[in-house]
Amino acid sequence: MTQVRSACIGIVRESAEGETLVSATPTTVRQLIGLGYDVVVEHHAGAAAGFTDLAYEQAGAQVSDLKAAWGADIVLAVHPPTAENIDMLTDGATLVALLGPGRDAQLLDALAARPITALAVDAVPRISRAQSLDVLSSMANVAGYRAVIEAAHAFGHFFNGQVTAAGKILPTKVLVAGAGVAGLAAIAAASGMGAIVRATDPRPEVAEQVRSLGGEYLAVDAEQQASTDGYAKQTSGDYDRRAAMIYSEQAADVDIIITTALIPGRPAPKLVTAQDVARMKPGSVIVDLAAAQGGNVDGSQPGQTVVTDNGVTIIGYTDLASRMPAQASQLYGTNLVNLMKLLTPGKDGRVVLDLDDVVQRGITVVRAGEKLWPPPPVPVSAAPAPAQRRPAATQPEKQRPSSPARRFTLAGVGITALFLVNVFAPEPLPRHFTVLMLAVVIGYYVIGKVHHALHTPLMSVTNAISGVIVVGAMLQIGSADTTVRVIAGIATLLASINAFGGFAVTGRMLSMFQKG
Amino acid sequence: MNTTSVADAAYIVAALLFILSLAGLSRHETSRQGLVYGASGMFAALAATIGLATWHRPAASAVVLAIAVAVGAAIGLRRAKAVEMTSMPELIAILHSFVGLASVLVGWNSYDTVERRPGQHEFIESLLRIHHAEVVIGVFIGAVTFTGSVVAFLKLSARMKSRPLALPGKNLINIAALAAFLCLTIAFVVTPSPALLIAVTVIALALGLHLVASIGGGDMPVVVSMLNSYSGWAAAASGFLLDNDLLIITGALVGSSGAYLSYIMCKAMNRSFVSVIAGGFGLAPAAEDDADHGDHREIDSADAAELLNNASSVVITPGYGMAVAQAQYPVAELTRELRERGVDVRFGIHPVAGRLPGHMNVLLAEAKVPYDIVFEMDEINDDLVDADVVLVIGANDTVNPAAAEDTGSPLAGMPVLRVWEARNVIVFKRSMASGYAGVQNPLFYRENSQMLFGDAKQRVEDILAALTAHPASRQRIGV
Repeated sequence: MTQVRSACIGIVRESAEGETLVSATPTTVRQLIGLGYDVVVEHHAGAAAGFTDLAYEQAGAQVSDLKAAWGADIVLAVHPPTAENIDMLTDGATLVALLGPGRDAQLLDALAARPITALAVDAVPRISRAQSLDVLSSMANVAGYRAVIEAAHAFGHFFNGQVTAAGKILPTKVLVAGAGVAGLAAIAAASGMGAIVRATDPRPEVAEQVRSLGGEYLAVDAEQQASTDGYAKQTSGDYDRRAAMIYSEQAADVDIIITTALIPGRPAPKLVTAQDVARMKPGSVIVDLAAAQGGNVDGSQPGQTVVTDNGVTIIGYTDLASRMPAQASQLYGTNLVNLMKLLTPGKDGRVVLDLDDVVQRGITVVRAGEKLWPPPPVPVSAAPAPAQRRPAATQPEKQRPSSPARRFTLAGVGITALFLVNVFAPEPLPRHFTVLMLAVVIGYYVIGKVHHALHTPLMSVTNAISGVIVVGAMLQIGSADTTVRVIAGIATLLASINAFGGFAVTGRMLSMFQKG
Repeated sequence: MNTTSVADAAYIVAALLFILSLAGLSRHETSRQGLVYGASGMFAALAATIGLATWHRPAASAVVLAIAVAVGAAIGLRRAKAVEMTSMPELIAILHSFVGLASVLVGWNSYDTVERRPGQHEFIESLLRIHHAEVVIGVFIGAVTFTGSVVAFLKLSARMKSRPLALPGKNLINIAALAAFLCLTIAFVVTPSPALLIAVTVIALALGLHLVASIGGGDMPVVVSMLNSYSGWAAAASGFLLDNDLLIITGALVGSSGAYLSYIMCKAMNRSFVSVIAGGFGLAPAAEDDADHGDHREIDSADAAELLNNASSVVITPGYGMAVAQAQYPVAELTRELRERGVDVRFGIHPVAGRLPGHMNVLLAEAKVPYDIVFEMDEINDDLVDADVVLVIGANDTVNPAAAEDTGSPLAGMPVLRVWEARNVIVFKRSMASGYAGVQNPLFYRENSQMLFGDAKQRVEDILAALTAHPASRQRIGV
């Protein structure tokens, strides 16, 4: 964009039925204005989320009609636009929304028919740098939390255990399937309410995250494959069999099951079978977050609550995030502000799209009438962010088992060498080795406990005591030979510097450390 | 009971005292106790040895001994008293070299008394061979320690360029030196000759020189602890040679201590020990040197003081630059001033900050910063999000976000202090030059970062002056 005036951002009212979210809140509008943009908000855009037009105006936005909002230079939306919406976009406009580029090829064609730029915020690559823009994580977080609230609402008991004058109440047991963002949010919410929480996930690396939130990780003992893109993959047959056993066992025991298992581009895996549901206690509740993608639970209906013959409630709401519109909009809006920050390097209200940047390239699905989907693949960095989807084994990992094996081999070689030396060496060598070995072990354990702040004093003390080599030199001074005596004298001198200097300087250092 | 059994008993007591000494250093509260144990152990060992060495021996020995110990002690005590806390790394490096050299001399002496005088010693044939091997090994380790420490000393005291020396095929050189050492050892065991021992000494001296010369300045903490370890093994080797358990125990304690510290340092830099030894870090071209990082913002001392005055939580992350500028005293003064105003001030220390493990802690202690507000990286990293202001004083690579976020960076995967998560970051720096690792730091271009250029000590003093001119703030920013 070359025009001098700063660009205008349009915040549209979501037209989808029952949609309560909005792409900007008064708080995020203020931040957008801070980036140099003008902001136009459609009438009642935030009404369903509890944000009044007045609040937007106070934040500095201009409230206007549908046409003005869709006719802005940059349009921020939640849902994909309808055909009419696309027609309302001006030439050269930028549209930011959840476009589902992998699912909806027709929409992409429709967008590419116009000379516009379309950014799909649900296609943000899962690299650490892009986490602040990851709307899917934000929505999953809200959905996971809300799933617990819905379950608690439908479940007729306390979550936390209590001992009251009216008797003892056992804590509720909750099983969370899939420890991605949604699963972790659910674990945190449920354990925060006092329930006993267990979680399953094919990626063993999430065990630590589960525990950190107060949950117990149920490991499935089968071969795994690390995720390369941060998302889950399909699981192996072996894994599925063992996992099924865990679900059957748990179904009979727990009161609430929350399933969050999704695999990108595939129907959701069936985790809980009809038999499992039948084994649950009457009054139990299941929340299936994957209901829209086919469901993780037999018998779940998208958008519906079903009560089975044995009294188990299966909740299949697909709009969990929309059930907390203020929170979800705030998170979504903040993600979009972060995106706009990335797109506005000059903070001057002008969008600069840099297609060499993997994040920006990844979300750009259409530019100036040209379809740019799919982007080149991006491998995730280091440890992938908690992903909402489940990965698993298609190939056994080759490298991991070799590492302990190598370590054992090395240790074995070392021990064998020590053994052989001591078998063949005459006294006093074995005795020396005994002393050496024990001293090394003692040294290792004693040093391991030393406080980090004391490492320098530690060094100067060890330095001082290694001056004990003076003992060796002194013994040689006793020799009758003059050369030996002189050399030993020099060695004694040097080692004495160490012994005395080392202790003195350590003493000086230690006297400085003081508590406040 | 005779003199030898008295000495042996004293050695065992000394060894135990050394172990207690190291154990005492595990906590601040017991650290001085540990020092007393160590010094008493040394006293016991010296007393026993002096007794043993002068009993029924020529008077000349006693004189030489007395002079050597007196001179050594005088030099040592004077150096210890005079040394600046900022030059601790140099002192420790040079002290290592003394142990190395002493061990070489002990080895040569032992050769002189045993191998050169067939018939005059009490060794049987098989033991004599072992003695040959012990001589060579002791001399080798000692010599490597000696030259290595001297080079480390020169590099640390800036008498030598800290850039890694990059000879072609440097790993091959090291391996060839080790192989030559192995062959010479075998040859010496079969037929001991002074030429062979000289050859081993020369090779070891050259190896120590080359080994440390090819390691970059940024890896110095590892090098110093590695040399600490070597000096221990040198002492242990002398213990084998002289059939002295005290030397073996002490050597093993020091050796494993140094090895453990090296391991911690390597882990803190996310590098393997081998890669540090192989050296050359900082030579690899930075992956995206010419990348456009955007602009940095500057701040002046008055604004920095204003920011600090309004903060409720401040974290200071010092690095080697603080030591260079001798800024620890004004930093401590600033800390006191802010704490009096009710600001929560804490320090975050990266494990490899400085040129020695724990270097920053010693400097801060010298300036009388209470040790209970000084935290390790892992202890404070999660709290940095809540800090209103982070002062980065002379640190660079240890606060580089590229290590956490840019997989292509040479620092990738190294744990760093996540200062960029704080609300405001003020970076004290002399210029926009990159750190020891030669890697550009995107932190400087972050939105919440501001640069305060100039000498760190001068700048901190300016802030302090601006701060004392200000009344204490009542209103605090942040949540």
